[in-house]
Amino acid sequence: MTGRQNILYFITLHRTGLFVTLMAAGLIIFPYIEDNPYTLGLTNLIAINAIVVLGLNLFIGFAGQISLGHAAFFGLGAYGSGIATVTFGLAPWPAMFLVALLVGLIALLVGIPVLRLSGHYLAMATLGLNYVVHTILLQWDEVTGGPSGFAGIPSLSIGDLTFDDPVSRHYLLWGFAMACLLLCLNLVRSGVGRGLAALAGDETAAASLGVDTRAAKVKIFVLSAVLASLAGSLFAHCYQYVSPDTFGIFASTDFVIMVVIGGMGSIWGSVFGAAFLTLIPEWVEFFDTYKDFVHGGILVLVLMFLPQGLITGLTDMIRVRLALWRRDHAAA
Amino acid sequence: MLRLDGVSKFFGGLPALQDVSLSVPAGHLTALIGPNGAGKSTLINCMTGVFPPSSGSIRFLDQEISGLPAHRVTRLGIHRTFQNLRLFPRLSVLDNVLTGLTCEGGESMLMAMLRLPYLRHRERRLRLKALEAMDRFGLADKAQWPAGVLAYGDKKRVELARAIVGSPKLLLLDEPVAGLNAEETAAVGDQLKNLRRAGHTILLVEHDMDLVMSIADLVVVLDSGRCIATGTAGEVRRNPLVLEAYLGRMEATA
Repeated sequence: MTGRQNILYFITLHRTGLFVTLMAAGLIIFPYIEDNPYTLGLTNLIAINAIVVLGLNLFIGFAGQISLGHAAFFGLGAYGSGIATVTFGLAPWPAMFLVALLVGLIALLVGIPVLRLSGHYLAMATLGLNYVVHTILLQWDEVTGGPSGFAGIPSLSIGDLTFDDPVSRHYLLWGFAMACLLLCLNLVRSGVGRGLAALAGDETAAASLGVDTRAAKVKIFVLSAVLASLAGSLFAHCYQYVSPDTFGIFASTDFVIMVVIGGMGSIWGSVFGAAFLTLIPEWVEFFDTYKDFVHGGILVLVLMFLPQGLITGLTDMIRVRLALWRRDHAAA
Repeated sequence: MLRLDGVSKFFGGLPALQDVSLSVPAGHLTALIGPNGAGKSTLINCMTGVFPPSSGSIRFLDQEISGLPAHRVTRLGIHRTFQNLRLFPRLSVLDNVLTGLTCEGGESMLMAMLRLPYLRHRERRLRLKALEAMDRFGLADKAQWPAGVLAYGDKKRVELARAIVGSPKLLLLDEPVAGLNAEETAAVGDQLKNLRRAGHTILLVEHDMDLVMSIADLVVVLDSGRCIATGTAGEVRRNPLVLEAYLGRMEATA
Protein backbone atom coordinates (compact mmCIF):
# COMPACT_ATOMS: atom_id res chain seq x y z
CA MET A 1 0.00 0.00 0.00
CA THR A 2 1.16 3.49 -0.74
CA GLY A 3 1.25 6.19 1.88
CA ARG A 4 -1.92 7.77 0.56
CA GLN A 5 -3.80 4.49 0.72
CA ASN A 6 -2.55 3.96 4.23
CA ILE A 7 -3.95 7.30 5.28
CA LEU A 8 -7.28 6.60 3.59
CA TYR A 9 -7.45 3.20 5.25
CA PHE A 10 -6.72 4.75 8.63
CA ILE A 11 -9.46 7.31 8.07
CA THR A 12 -12.11 4.74 7.11
CA LEU A 13 -11.12 2.52 10.01
CA HIS A 14 -11.30 5.27 12.60
CA ARG A 15 -13.77 7.64 11.01
CA THR A 16 -16.12 7.71 13.98
CA GLY A 17 -13.30 8.49 16.38
CA LEU A 18 -11.99 11.16 14.02
CA PHE A 19 -15.40 12.81 13.68
CA VAL A 20 -15.85 12.86 17.44
CA THR A 21 -12.38 14.32 17.96
CA LEU A 22 -12.92 16.97 15.29
CA MET A 23 -16.28 17.93 16.71
CA ALA A 24 -14.93 18.09 20.26
CA ALA A 25 -12.04 20.28 19.08
CA GLY A 26 -14.44 22.56 17.25
CA LEU A 27 -16.62 22.87 20.33
CA ILE A 28 -13.66 23.64 22.57
CA ILE A 29 -12.51 26.57 20.44
CA PHE A 30 -16.01 27.76 19.54
CA PRO A 31 -16.41 30.23 22.45
CA TYR A 32 -13.08 31.86 21.47
CA ILE A 33 -14.43 32.59 17.99
CA GLU A 34 -17.97 33.46 18.95
CA ASP A 35 -18.52 35.11 22.32
CA ASN A 36 -21.85 36.75 21.62
CA PRO A 37 -24.01 35.61 24.57
CA TYR A 38 -27.09 35.40 22.36
CA THR A 39 -25.43 33.02 19.91
CA LEU A 40 -24.00 30.94 22.73
CA GLY A 41 -27.46 30.79 24.28
CA LEU A 42 -28.72 29.28 21.04
CA THR A 43 -25.94 26.73 20.69
CA ASN A 44 -26.44 25.79 24.32
CA LEU A 45 -30.08 25.14 23.61
CA ILE A 46 -28.98 22.94 20.70
CA ALA A 47 -26.91 20.85 23.10
CA ILE A 48 -29.89 20.35 25.42
CA ASN A 49 -32.20 19.44 22.56
CA ALA A 50 -29.56 17.15 21.08
CA ILE A 51 -29.45 15.08 24.27
CA VAL A 52 -33.22 14.53 24.13
CA VAL A 53 -33.13 13.81 20.41
CA LEU A 54 -30.30 11.28 20.75
CA GLY A 55 -32.40 9.21 23.14
CA LEU A 56 -35.56 9.65 21.14
CA ASN A 57 -33.77 8.67 17.95
CA LEU A 58 -32.63 5.43 19.55
CA PHE A 59 -36.27 4.76 20.36
CA ILE A 60 -37.69 5.78 17.00
CA GLY A 61 -34.85 4.92 14.64
CA PHE A 62 -33.45 1.83 16.30
CA ALA A 63 -36.25 0.28 18.28
CA GLY A 64 -38.64 1.29 15.50
CA GLN A 65 -41.25 2.71 17.85
CA ILE A 66 -42.87 6.11 18.12
CA SER A 67 -43.19 8.48 21.05
CA LEU A 68 -45.10 11.73 20.98
CA GLY A 69 -44.49 12.24 24.66
CA HIS A 70 -40.82 12.74 25.28
CA ALA A 71 -41.32 16.33 26.40
CA ALA A 72 -43.00 14.75 29.43
CA PHE A 73 -39.72 13.13 30.53
CA PHE A 74 -37.86 16.32 29.65
CA GLY A 75 -40.32 18.26 31.83
CA LEU A 76 -40.19 15.75 34.68
CA GLY A 77 -36.40 16.07 34.68
CA ALA A 78 -36.56 19.87 34.70
CA TYR A 79 -39.25 20.17 37.37
CA GLY A 80 -37.75 17.30 39.32
CA SER A 81 -34.43 19.08 39.56
CA GLY A 82 -36.14 22.34 40.43
CA ILE A 83 -38.27 20.83 43.18
CA ALA A 84 -35.46 18.67 44.56
CA THR A 85 -33.04 21.59 44.85
CA VAL A 86 -35.36 24.47 45.83
CA THR A 87 -38.11 22.74 47.81
CA PHE A 88 -36.06 19.94 49.34
CA GLY A 89 -32.70 21.70 49.39
CA LEU A 90 -30.73 18.91 47.71
CA ALA A 91 -27.42 19.74 46.02
CA PRO A 92 -27.89 20.09 42.22
CA TRP A 93 -25.66 17.22 41.08
CA PRO A 94 -27.11 14.45 43.27
CA ALA A 95 -30.57 15.86 42.57
CA MET A 96 -29.99 15.57 38.85
CA PHE A 97 -29.00 11.91 38.98
CA LEU A 98 -31.65 11.02 41.52
CA VAL A 99 -34.29 12.61 39.32
CA ALA A 100 -32.95 10.78 36.26
CA LEU A 101 -33.22 7.52 38.18
CA LEU A 102 -36.79 8.30 39.20
CA VAL A 103 -37.79 9.28 35.67
CA GLY A 104 -36.22 6.04 34.43
CA LEU A 105 -38.37 4.17 36.92
CA ILE A 106 -41.49 6.02 35.77
CA ALA A 107 -40.60 5.21 32.15
CA LEU A 108 -40.20 1.57 33.11
CA LEU A 109 -43.60 1.46 34.80
CA VAL A 110 -45.25 3.29 31.91
CA GLY A 111 -43.29 1.43 29.26
CA ILE A 112 -44.10 -2.13 30.27
CA PRO A 113 -47.82 -1.82 29.55
CA VAL A 114 -47.67 0.92 26.90
CA LEU A 115 -45.03 -0.71 24.70
CA ARG A 116 -47.32 -3.65 24.05
CA LEU A 117 -48.97 -1.20 21.70
CA SER A 118 -47.52 -0.13 18.41
CA GLY A 119 -48.04 2.38 15.62
CA HIS A 120 -50.90 4.84 16.05
CA TYR A 121 -51.92 3.37 19.37
CA LEU A 122 -48.47 3.85 20.82
CA ALA A 123 -48.38 7.40 19.46
CA MET A 124 -51.71 8.15 21.16
CA ALA A 125 -50.66 6.55 24.45
CA THR A 126 -47.42 8.54 24.63
CA LEU A 127 -49.29 11.68 23.63
CA GLY A 128 -51.65 10.98 26.50
CA LEU A 129 -48.73 10.61 28.89
CA ASN A 130 -47.41 14.00 27.79
CA TYR A 131 -50.83 15.53 28.29
CA VAL A 132 -51.13 14.12 31.80
CA VAL A 133 -47.69 15.36 32.83
CA HIS A 134 -48.30 18.78 31.28
CA THR A 135 -51.60 19.10 33.11
CA ILE A 136 -50.01 18.15 36.41
CA LEU A 137 -47.25 20.73 35.92
CA LEU A 138 -49.87 23.33 35.08
CA GLN A 139 -52.43 22.57 37.78
CA TRP A 140 -50.54 21.43 40.85
CA ASP A 141 -49.80 25.01 41.91
CA GLU A 142 -48.41 24.42 45.40
CA VAL A 143 -45.68 22.06 44.12
CA THR A 144 -44.92 23.19 40.58
CA GLY A 145 -45.85 26.85 40.75
CA GLY A 146 -48.60 26.36 38.21
CA PRO A 147 -48.84 28.47 35.06
CA SER A 148 -46.42 31.09 36.34
CA GLY A 149 -43.63 28.53 36.42
CA PHE A 150 -40.95 27.54 38.89
CA ALA A 151 -38.16 30.02 39.53
CA GLY A 152 -34.98 30.34 41.55
CA ILE A 153 -33.35 27.06 40.53
CA PRO A 154 -29.64 27.21 41.41
CA SER A 155 -26.88 26.89 38.81
CA LEU A 156 -24.70 23.82 38.69
CA SER A 157 -21.17 24.19 39.99
CA ILE A 158 -17.99 22.21 40.43
CA GLY A 159 -15.95 23.50 43.35
CA ASP A 160 -15.49 27.23 42.78
CA LEU A 161 -16.59 27.05 39.17
CA THR A 162 -20.24 27.99 38.83
CA PHE A 163 -21.90 27.45 35.49
CA ASP A 164 -23.69 30.78 35.42
CA ASP A 165 -22.44 32.44 32.21
CA PRO A 166 -22.94 31.37 28.60
CA VAL A 167 -19.32 30.33 28.04
CA SER A 168 -19.03 28.01 31.04
CA ARG A 169 -22.47 26.64 30.23
CA HIS A 170 -21.30 25.98 26.70
CA TYR A 171 -18.64 23.65 28.06
CA LEU A 172 -21.00 22.05 30.55
CA LEU A 173 -23.82 21.37 28.10
CA TRP A 174 -21.70 20.32 25.17
CA GLY A 175 -19.63 18.16 27.50
CA PHE A 176 -22.80 16.32 28.42
CA ALA A 177 -24.03 16.22 24.83
CA MET A 178 -20.73 14.80 23.57
CA ALA A 179 -20.71 12.19 26.33
CA CYS A 180 -24.23 11.13 25.36
CA LEU A 181 -23.24 11.14 21.70
CA LEU A 182 -20.31 8.82 22.45
CA LEU A 183 -22.44 6.47 24.52
CA CYS A 184 -25.04 6.29 21.76
CA LEU A 185 -22.41 5.76 19.06
CA ASN A 186 -20.92 2.92 21.08
CA LEU A 187 -24.32 1.39 21.59
CA VAL A 188 -25.36 1.38 17.94
CA ARG A 189 -22.04 -0.02 16.81
CA SER A 190 -22.27 -3.00 19.17
CA GLY A 191 -24.03 -6.31 18.96
CA VAL A 192 -26.87 -4.89 21.04
CA GLY A 193 -27.14 -2.07 18.50
CA ARG A 194 -27.38 -4.55 15.65
CA GLY A 195 -30.17 -6.30 17.50
CA LEU A 196 -31.94 -2.95 17.79
CA ALA A 197 -31.42 -2.19 14.11
CA ALA A 198 -32.94 -5.59 13.38
CA LEU A 199 -35.88 -4.71 15.62
CA ALA A 200 -36.46 -1.47 13.71
CA GLY A 201 -36.24 -3.28 10.39
CA ASP A 202 -38.44 -6.29 11.02
CA GLU A 203 -39.76 -7.32 14.41
CA THR A 204 -40.53 -10.93 13.47
CA ALA A 205 -37.10 -11.46 11.97
CA ALA A 206 -35.44 -9.82 14.97
CA ALA A 207 -37.27 -12.12 17.37
CA SER A 208 -36.27 -15.16 15.34
CA LEU A 209 -32.65 -14.02 15.54
CA GLY A 210 -32.82 -14.08 19.31
CA VAL A 211 -33.69 -10.46 20.11
CA ASP A 212 -36.04 -10.22 23.08
CA THR A 213 -38.13 -7.60 21.32
CA ARG A 214 -40.35 -6.63 24.23
CA ALA A 215 -37.47 -6.20 26.66
CA ALA A 216 -35.38 -4.33 24.10
CA LYS A 217 -38.16 -1.81 23.46
CA VAL A 218 -38.66 -1.18 27.17
CA LYS A 219 -34.93 -0.80 27.78
CA ILE A 220 -34.53 1.73 24.99
CA PHE A 221 -37.63 3.59 26.16
CA VAL A 222 -36.16 3.86 29.66
CA LEU A 223 -32.78 4.91 28.30
CA SER A 224 -34.32 7.63 26.17
CA ALA A 225 -36.40 8.83 29.11
CA VAL A 226 -33.29 9.04 31.29
CA LEU A 227 -31.49 11.08 28.63
CA ALA A 228 -34.52 13.38 28.31
CA SER A 229 -34.59 13.76 32.08
CA LEU A 230 -30.89 14.67 32.20
CA ALA A 231 -31.46 17.22 29.47
CA GLY A 232 -34.39 18.60 31.46
CA SER A 233 -32.28 18.94 34.60
CA LEU A 234 -29.56 20.73 32.65
CA PHE A 235 -32.22 23.01 31.17
CA ALA A 236 -33.57 23.84 34.61
CA HIS A 237 -30.17 24.58 36.10
CA CYS A 238 -29.08 26.70 33.16
CA TYR A 239 -32.22 28.79 32.73
CA GLN A 240 -32.94 28.72 36.48
CA TYR A 241 -36.60 29.01 35.61
CA VAL A 242 -39.02 26.52 34.07
CA SER A 243 -42.61 26.91 32.94
CA PRO A 244 -45.10 24.23 31.91
CA ASP A 245 -45.43 25.40 28.32
CA THR A 246 -41.87 24.36 27.48
CA PHE A 247 -42.98 20.77 28.02
CA GLY A 248 -46.25 20.59 26.15
CA ILE A 249 -47.15 18.27 23.31
CA PHE A 250 -45.77 20.68 20.73
CA ALA A 251 -42.34 20.32 22.32
CA SER A 252 -42.74 16.55 21.88
CA THR A 253 -43.63 16.87 18.22
CA ASP A 254 -40.69 19.22 17.75
CA PHE A 255 -38.39 16.53 19.13
CA VAL A 256 -39.89 14.04 16.71
CA ILE A 257 -39.34 16.47 13.84
CA MET A 258 -35.71 16.86 14.90
CA VAL A 259 -35.37 13.07 14.76
CA VAL A 260 -36.99 12.98 11.33
CA ILE A 261 -34.76 15.71 9.94
CA GLY A 262 -31.69 14.01 11.34
CA GLY A 263 -32.89 10.68 10.04
CA MET A 264 -34.08 7.50 11.67
CA GLY A 265 -31.28 5.79 13.46
CA SER A 266 -28.63 8.34 12.64
CA ILE A 267 -26.73 9.38 15.73
CA TRP A 268 -24.94 12.25 13.99
CA GLY A 269 -28.18 13.23 12.33
CA SER A 270 -29.73 13.69 15.77
CA VAL A 271 -27.33 16.50 16.52
CA PHE A 272 -27.92 17.99 13.09
CA GLY A 273 -31.70 17.78 13.46
CA ALA A 274 -31.58 19.44 16.87
CA ALA A 275 -29.37 22.22 15.49
CA PHE A 276 -31.47 22.73 12.36
CA LEU A 277 -34.80 23.09 14.11
CA THR A 278 -33.36 25.24 16.90
CA LEU A 279 -31.66 27.62 14.49
CA ILE A 280 -34.17 27.93 11.69
CA PRO A 281 -36.39 30.54 13.40
CA GLU A 282 -33.27 32.68 13.78
CA TRP A 283 -32.51 32.68 10.08
CA VAL A 284 -35.96 33.27 8.71
CA GLU A 285 -38.12 35.68 10.64
CA PHE A 286 -41.50 34.58 9.46
CA PHE A 287 -40.76 31.13 10.92
CA ASP A 288 -41.32 32.52 14.36
CA THR A 289 -44.90 33.51 13.63
CA TYR A 290 -45.88 30.45 11.67
CA LYS A 291 -43.63 28.02 13.53
CA ASP A 292 -46.15 25.19 13.86
CA PHE A 293 -47.11 25.37 10.19
CA VAL A 294 -43.51 25.31 9.08
CA HIS A 295 -42.59 22.44 11.40
CA GLY A 296 -45.59 20.46 10.20
CA GLY A 297 -44.71 21.23 6.60
CA ILE A 298 -41.13 20.06 7.05
CA LEU A 299 -42.35 16.84 8.66
CA VAL A 300 -44.77 16.07 5.85
CA LEU A 301 -42.27 16.85 3.10
CA VAL A 302 -39.45 14.81 4.60
CA LEU A 303 -41.68 11.82 5.29
CA MET A 304 -43.16 11.97 1.80
CA PHE A 305 -39.90 12.06 -0.09
CA LEU A 306 -37.38 10.54 2.31
CA PRO A 307 -39.26 8.34 4.77
CA GLN A 308 -36.01 7.36 6.46
CA GLY A 309 -35.46 11.00 7.37
CA LEU A 310 -33.48 13.72 5.69
CA ILE A 311 -29.87 12.83 6.50
CA THR A 312 -30.34 9.06 6.64
CA GLY A 313 -32.38 9.16 3.44
CA LEU A 314 -29.65 11.03 1.61
CA THR A 315 -26.80 8.85 2.89
CA ASP A 316 -28.81 5.73 2.06
CA MET A 317 -29.25 7.00 -1.46
CA ILE A 318 -25.52 7.57 -1.81
CA ARG A 319 -24.70 4.14 -0.39
CA VAL A 320 -27.08 2.40 -2.76
CA ARG A 321 -25.80 4.33 -5.77
CA LEU A 322 -22.23 3.53 -4.79
CA ALA A 323 -22.93 -0.17 -4.38
CA LEU A 324 -24.78 -0.33 -7.70
CA TRP A 325 -21.98 1.54 -9.45
CA ARG A 326 -19.42 -0.85 -7.97
CA ARG A 327 -21.50 -3.84 -9.01
CA ASP A 328 -21.85 -2.65 -12.59
CA HIS A 329 -18.16 -1.82 -12.82
CA ALA A 330 -17.15 -5.13 -11.32
CA ALA A 331 -19.29 -6.85 -13.95
CA ALA A 332 -17.88 -4.80 -16.82
CA MET B 1 -33.79 -34.05 18.39
CA LEU B 2 -37.09 -32.29 17.69
CA ARG B 3 -40.31 -34.13 18.47
CA LEU B 4 -43.85 -32.99 17.79
CA ASP B 5 -46.71 -34.82 19.44
CA GLY B 6 -50.31 -34.19 18.46
CA VAL B 7 -49.76 -30.58 17.50
CA SER B 8 -52.91 -28.74 16.41
CA LYS B 9 -53.44 -25.13 15.51
CA PHE B 10 -56.76 -23.40 14.96
CA PHE B 11 -57.23 -19.96 13.51
CA GLY B 12 -60.63 -18.90 14.72
CA GLY B 13 -62.49 -22.16 14.22
CA LEU B 14 -60.47 -23.19 11.20
CA PRO B 15 -58.01 -26.02 11.72
CA ALA B 16 -54.65 -25.29 10.10
CA LEU B 17 -52.92 -28.23 11.75
CA GLN B 18 -54.60 -31.32 13.15
CA ASP B 19 -52.81 -33.74 15.39
CA VAL B 20 -49.42 -33.55 13.66
CA SER B 21 -46.73 -35.78 15.07
CA LEU B 22 -43.27 -36.04 13.64
CA SER B 23 -39.65 -36.20 14.72
CA VAL B 24 -36.50 -34.74 13.30
CA PRO B 25 -33.54 -37.02 14.06
CA ALA B 26 -30.17 -35.47 14.83
CA GLY B 27 -27.61 -35.32 12.05
CA HIS B 28 -30.11 -35.87 9.29
CA LEU B 29 -31.79 -33.77 6.67
CA THR B 30 -35.53 -34.04 7.07
CA ALA B 31 -37.77 -32.57 4.42
CA LEU B 32 -41.28 -31.36 5.04
CA ILE B 33 -43.36 -31.30 1.88
CA GLY B 34 -46.98 -30.81 1.00
CA PRO B 35 -49.18 -28.94 -1.42
CA ASN B 36 -50.00 -25.27 -0.95
CA GLY B 37 -52.12 -24.66 2.13
CA ALA B 38 -51.06 -27.95 3.72
CA GLY B 39 -49.95 -26.09 6.86
CA LYS B 40 -46.19 -26.20 6.42
CA SER B 41 -45.63 -22.56 7.28
CA THR B 42 -48.03 -22.78 10.22
CA LEU B 43 -46.08 -25.74 11.51
CA ILE B 44 -42.78 -23.88 11.22
CA ASN B 45 -44.24 -20.86 12.96
CA CYS B 46 -45.43 -23.06 15.81
CA MET B 47 -42.01 -24.66 16.14
CA THR B 48 -40.18 -21.36 16.22
CA GLY B 49 -42.48 -19.58 18.62
CA VAL B 50 -43.96 -17.05 16.20
CA PHE B 51 -47.28 -18.22 17.63
CA PRO B 52 -48.06 -21.04 20.07
CA PRO B 53 -49.85 -24.22 18.95
CA SER B 54 -53.44 -24.64 20.15
CA SER B 55 -52.60 -28.01 21.62
CA GLY B 56 -49.95 -30.69 21.56
CA SER B 57 -46.33 -30.75 22.62
CA ILE B 58 -43.13 -29.73 20.87
CA ARG B 59 -39.95 -31.01 22.49
CA PHE B 60 -36.48 -29.94 21.49
CA LEU B 61 -33.54 -31.75 23.10
CA ASP B 62 -35.93 -33.07 25.77
CA GLN B 63 -37.23 -29.64 26.62
CA GLU B 64 -40.78 -28.51 26.05
CA ILE B 65 -40.68 -25.50 23.75
CA SER B 66 -44.29 -25.06 22.64
CA GLY B 67 -45.45 -21.65 23.71
CA LEU B 68 -41.98 -20.20 24.26
CA PRO B 69 -41.45 -16.80 22.59
CA ALA B 70 -39.42 -16.79 19.39
CA HIS B 71 -36.22 -15.36 20.86
CA ARG B 72 -36.08 -18.07 23.51
CA VAL B 73 -36.49 -20.80 20.90
CA THR B 74 -33.68 -19.23 18.89
CA ARG B 75 -31.41 -19.07 21.90
CA LEU B 76 -31.99 -22.80 22.46
CA GLY B 77 -30.42 -23.38 19.05
CA ILE B 78 -33.17 -23.47 16.43
CA HIS B 79 -32.33 -20.98 13.70
CA ARG B 80 -34.46 -20.37 10.66
CA THR B 81 -34.72 -18.70 7.31
CA PHE B 82 -37.90 -17.20 5.96
CA GLN B 83 -39.90 -18.08 2.89
CA ASN B 84 -40.27 -14.44 1.96
CA LEU B 85 -36.90 -12.89 2.56
CA ARG B 86 -36.59 -11.04 5.81
CA LEU B 87 -33.26 -9.31 5.48
CA PHE B 88 -32.54 -5.82 6.72
CA PRO B 89 -32.11 -3.96 3.44
CA ARG B 90 -30.43 -0.90 4.94
CA LEU B 91 -27.78 -2.84 6.81
CA SER B 92 -24.68 -4.09 5.06
CA VAL B 93 -24.37 -7.75 4.15
CA LEU B 94 -21.81 -8.16 6.92
CA ASP B 95 -24.13 -6.60 9.49
CA ASN B 96 -26.99 -8.76 8.29
CA VAL B 97 -24.92 -11.86 8.85
CA LEU B 98 -23.73 -10.49 12.19
CA THR B 99 -27.33 -10.17 13.38
CA GLY B 100 -27.35 -13.96 13.17
CA LEU B 101 -25.01 -13.91 16.15
CA THR B 102 -27.35 -11.86 18.33
CA CYS B 103 -28.39 -15.07 20.01
CA GLU B 104 -24.93 -15.41 21.54
CA GLY B 105 -25.84 -12.71 24.04
CA GLY B 106 -23.24 -11.98 26.67
CA GLU B 107 -23.51 -8.27 26.19
CA SER B 108 -25.71 -5.84 28.05
CA MET B 109 -26.82 -2.45 26.86
CA LEU B 110 -24.79 -0.67 29.52
CA MET B 111 -21.63 -2.59 28.67
CA ALA B 112 -22.17 -1.82 25.00
CA MET B 113 -22.53 1.89 25.71
CA LEU B 114 -19.26 1.96 27.59
CA ARG B 115 -17.53 -0.09 24.88
CA LEU B 116 -15.60 -2.17 27.37
CA PRO B 117 -12.35 -3.55 25.94
CA TYR B 118 -13.41 -7.17 26.10
CA LEU B 119 -16.37 -6.34 23.88
CA ARG B 120 -13.98 -5.19 21.19
CA HIS B 121 -12.29 -8.59 21.22
CA ARG B 122 -15.66 -10.24 21.14
CA GLU B 123 -16.71 -8.08 18.21
CA ARG B 124 -13.56 -9.07 16.30
CA ARG B 125 -14.26 -12.74 16.96
CA LEU B 126 -17.85 -12.39 15.76
CA ARG B 127 -16.69 -10.56 12.66
CA LEU B 128 -14.30 -13.39 11.78
CA LYS B 129 -17.09 -15.88 12.22
CA ALA B 130 -19.40 -13.85 10.01
CA LEU B 131 -16.74 -13.48 7.31
CA GLU B 132 -16.17 -17.21 7.39
CA ALA B 133 -19.88 -17.87 6.90
CA MET B 134 -20.02 -15.33 4.08
CA ASP B 135 -17.03 -16.95 2.47
CA ARG B 136 -18.80 -20.27 2.50
CA PHE B 137 -21.66 -18.79 0.50
CA GLY B 138 -19.50 -16.70 -1.81
CA LEU B 139 -20.51 -13.38 -0.35
CA ALA B 140 -17.20 -12.18 1.01
CA ASP B 141 -16.60 -9.55 -1.67
CA LYS B 142 -20.01 -7.97 -1.06
CA ALA B 143 -19.56 -7.57 2.68
CA GLN B 144 -20.07 -3.82 2.74
CA TRP B 145 -22.96 -3.59 0.28
CA PRO B 146 -26.35 -2.67 1.63
CA ALA B 147 -28.28 -5.95 1.51
CA GLY B 148 -31.15 -4.24 -0.30
CA VAL B 149 -29.21 -3.87 -3.57
CA LEU B 150 -28.23 -7.53 -3.86
CA ALA B 151 -29.68 -9.79 -6.53
CA TYR B 152 -32.39 -12.19 -5.35
CA GLY B 153 -30.15 -15.25 -5.30
CA ASP B 154 -27.55 -13.42 -3.24
CA LYS B 155 -30.20 -12.31 -0.77
CA LYS B 156 -31.25 -15.92 -0.29
CA ARG B 157 -27.63 -16.80 0.39
CA VAL B 158 -27.31 -13.99 2.92
CA GLU B 159 -30.28 -15.45 4.78
CA LEU B 160 -28.65 -18.86 4.78
CA ALA B 161 -25.37 -17.41 6.01
CA ARG B 162 -27.22 -15.52 8.73
CA ALA B 163 -28.97 -18.69 9.90
CA ILE B 164 -25.78 -20.75 9.84
CA VAL B 165 -23.38 -18.33 11.45
CA GLY B 166 -24.67 -18.88 14.98
CA SER B 167 -23.92 -22.64 14.75
CA PRO B 168 -27.51 -23.75 15.25
CA LYS B 169 -28.33 -27.17 16.63
CA LEU B 170 -31.28 -27.35 14.29
CA LEU B 171 -31.52 -25.42 11.07
CA LEU B 172 -34.99 -24.72 9.76
CA LEU B 173 -35.10 -23.70 6.12
CA ASP B 174 -38.36 -22.38 4.72
CA GLU B 175 -38.18 -22.81 0.94
CA PRO B 176 -34.53 -21.88 0.41
CA VAL B 177 -34.66 -22.32 -3.36
CA ALA B 178 -38.04 -20.73 -4.11
CA GLY B 179 -37.53 -18.32 -6.99
CA LEU B 180 -34.03 -19.50 -7.88
CA ASN B 181 -33.09 -20.81 -11.31
CA ALA B 182 -31.93 -24.39 -11.89
CA GLU B 183 -28.26 -23.55 -11.62
CA GLU B 184 -28.67 -21.63 -8.37
CA THR B 185 -30.92 -24.38 -7.01
CA ALA B 186 -28.24 -26.96 -7.67
CA ALA B 187 -25.68 -24.77 -5.91
CA VAL B 188 -27.88 -24.42 -2.84
CA GLY B 189 -28.51 -28.17 -2.94
CA ASP B 190 -24.76 -28.79 -2.84
CA GLN B 191 -24.38 -26.39 0.05
CA LEU B 192 -27.12 -28.16 1.97
CA LYS B 193 -25.44 -31.49 1.34
CA ASN B 194 -22.20 -30.05 2.67
CA LEU B 195 -23.93 -28.74 5.75
CA ARG B 196 -25.45 -32.13 6.40
CA ARG B 197 -22.13 -33.83 5.89
CA ALA B 198 -20.65 -31.41 8.43
CA GLY B 199 -23.13 -32.80 10.94
CA HIS B 200 -25.87 -30.18 10.89
CA THR B 201 -29.42 -31.23 11.59
CA ILE B 202 -31.71 -29.66 9.03
CA LEU B 203 -35.45 -29.43 8.58
CA LEU B 204 -36.18 -28.34 5.05
CA VAL B 205 -39.54 -27.10 3.85
CA GLU B 206 -39.53 -27.15 0.11
CA HIS B 207 -41.64 -27.30 -3.00
CA ASP B 208 -38.88 -28.34 -5.34
CA MET B 209 -39.35 -32.12 -5.56
CA ASP B 210 -36.11 -32.85 -7.38
CA LEU B 211 -34.13 -31.13 -4.67
CA VAL B 212 -36.03 -32.86 -1.85
CA MET B 213 -35.77 -36.29 -3.42
CA SER B 214 -32.06 -35.92 -4.05
CA ILE B 215 -30.91 -34.69 -0.66
CA ALA B 216 -33.45 -35.63 2.03
CA ASP B 217 -32.79 -38.55 4.36
CA LEU B 218 -36.33 -38.47 5.60
CA VAL B 219 -39.46 -36.98 4.08
CA VAL B 220 -42.58 -35.96 5.97
CA VAL B 221 -45.69 -35.21 3.91
CA LEU B 222 -48.34 -32.84 5.13
CA ASP B 223 -51.75 -32.46 3.52
CA SER B 224 -54.66 -30.33 4.74
CA GLY B 225 -53.08 -29.92 8.15
CA ARG B 226 -52.47 -33.63 8.68
CA CYS B 227 -49.32 -35.67 8.47
CA ILE B 228 -50.09 -38.33 5.86
CA ALA B 229 -46.77 -40.05 5.35
CA THR B 230 -43.25 -40.36 6.70
CA GLY B 231 -40.34 -42.26 5.26
CA THR B 232 -37.35 -42.14 2.99
CA ALA B 233 -37.65 -40.36 -0.31
CA GLY B 234 -38.19 -43.67 -2.10
CA GLU B 235 -40.86 -44.87 0.30
CA VAL B 236 -42.77 -41.63 0.17
CA ARG B 237 -42.59 -41.58 -3.58
CA ARG B 238 -44.34 -44.95 -3.71
CA ASN B 239 -46.91 -44.19 -1.01
CA PRO B 240 -50.35 -44.16 -2.71
CA LEU B 241 -51.72 -41.56 -0.28
CA VAL B 242 -48.92 -39.19 -1.18
CA LEU B 243 -49.26 -39.88 -4.87
CA GLU B 244 -52.90 -39.02 -4.65
CA ALA B 245 -52.52 -35.95 -2.47
CA TYR B 246 -49.48 -34.50 -4.02
CA LEU B 247 -47.21 -36.14 -6.49
CA GLY B 248 -50.10 -37.34 -8.60
CA ARG B 249 -51.36 -33.86 -9.00
CA MET B 250 -47.85 -32.65 -9.72
CA GLU B 251 -47.31 -35.20 -12.47
CA ALA B 252 -50.66 -34.44 -13.99
CA THR B 253 -49.80 -30.77 -14.34
CA ALA B 254 -46.12 -31.20 -15.21
